[in-house]
Amino acid sequence: MRLEVGITGKTFKSAAGGTHEVLAPMKFSLQSGEVGVLIGPSGCGKSTMLRIILGLDRDFEGHVARPPEARIGMVFQEPRLLPWRSVEQNVRLAAPDVTDAKLSELFKILELEAHRSHFPGELSLGLARRVALARAFAVEPDLLVLDEPLASLDDALAGRLRDEIATLVASRSVMTLLVTHSLDDAIRLGDRLFFLSPRPAHIVQAVPISIPRAERNEAELARIRAELAALQLESK
Amino acid sequence: MLRLLSFVLFLAIWWTAALFVGGAKLPSPPAVLDVIIAEASSGALFLHLGATLARVALAFVLAMSLGSAIGYLMGRVKLADRLGDPWLILLLNLPALVVIVLAYIWAGLTEAAAIAAIAINKLPTAVVTLREGTRALDRSLDEMAMVFAMPRWRAFRHVVLPQLAPYIAASARSGLSLVWKIVLVAELLGRPNGVGFEIGVAFQLFDTPRLLAYSLTFAAVVLVIETALVQPFEARATRWRPRAA
Repeated sequence: MRLEVGITGKTFKSAAGGTHEVLAPMKFSLQSGEVGVLIGPSGCGKSTMLRIILGLDRDFEGHVARPPEARIGMVFQEPRLLPWRSVEQNVRLAAPDVTDAKLSELFKILELEAHRSHFPGELSLGLARRVALARAFAVEPDLLVLDEPLASLDDALAGRLRDEIATLVASRSVMTLLVTHSLDDAIRLGDRLFFLSPRPAHIVQAVPISIPRAERNEAELARIRAELAALQLESK
Repeated sequence: MLRLLSFVLFLAIWWTAALFVGGAKLPSPPAVLDVIIAEASSGALFLHLGATLARVALAFVLAMSLGSAIGYLMGRVKLADRLGDPWLILLLNLPALVVIVLAYIWAGLTEAAAIAAIAINKLPTAVVTLREGTRALDRSLDEMAMVFAMPRWRAFRHVVLPQLAPYIAASARSGLSLVWKIVLVAELLGRPNGVGFEIGVAFQLFDTPRLLAYSLTFAAVVLVIETALVQPFEARATRWRPRAA
């Protein structure tokens, strides 16, 4: 499967009547098994881009080719759980085909077993985010979209969840699109990094990371970090 | 316990007032109870109560289902809202009496006319409440359902309906009290049975004990329905909300 994004522009009209350009022309594609990372300043239009890619926003110029049969798993910036359904029901409603074994395994990995029958209003934000992750993983997605999934979690938990995401991505061929502010998350998870400019967003640099995820040790990561720093100096 | 105390207080005030005013204008509680027992043992009480309840049930279900559907549509579709709004304002401000009289003139003194007239009186408030509820729906949850490709019915049942439940409960509660009031007028004007008809007869004969017997039994039935049906539904619909300590 393959996701192809060719946006030629997106404007929106403000309440005052002016038009604002949110996205400049940009083009990229993503293969199965690949993790693309979008990195850019706050408010540069990343969320607008995701909405276009997911088909929630059709009012743009250009085209997005998404396999029509592709199952989507999404972690929104806010957890977006149904407050009136239990944790387990929230996951099952999005992923009706999930087996009991699979669900138990997911809840175990994400340490949610004790919260199965709780309502989202009874959870901390960190827990709610984990439920959102469980929901996205439970659908066994072909396209996994993560919009800052690790924000506002403590470092230890963020690290564990990042490893979980890496395991999942490795275990099946899924196209993953990750939006993040954290360069660290980006270089640990990404295969290709897309650095975005401020509004109207376009891709300033596309940086592939050729070393397989599993082989990136601390030394390699430090080297990648240094390379990126050099690249960024160059582009300025 | 507090409710019982409040009820006893009501009886005490009534009884004292009856002693001062006299039995013709305000009969004492035992006098009214006698009439209730007499009417009940003859079966007339149940016949009239039953007729009224059946009308209430039919008109209520008709108005709620139709009103909720129209309200949802008007909340979702702008065109429907703009087309329906003038009608809504007209219906909202049309006095109940006008609707009832016109219904009897146009459709005859029939059961259908009575039920339709009651339903038409309740309909616009259901539409307004549900339209408001639909406008307040959380768009971000709609998007979530769309991204996860939830089938329409499942999304409606698990994403939309729980958000509308408080509005449905509010509309049911206010609607029920409206229907209770209007059904008696409709019966008084054009039906040969029901609590409203009996009250009309009692009025013509200035038979206060009979009048009170029917209206109080009716009020008691309303109270029972409210506590046994409406309140549990509300409690169930909002059980996911974290309770205040």
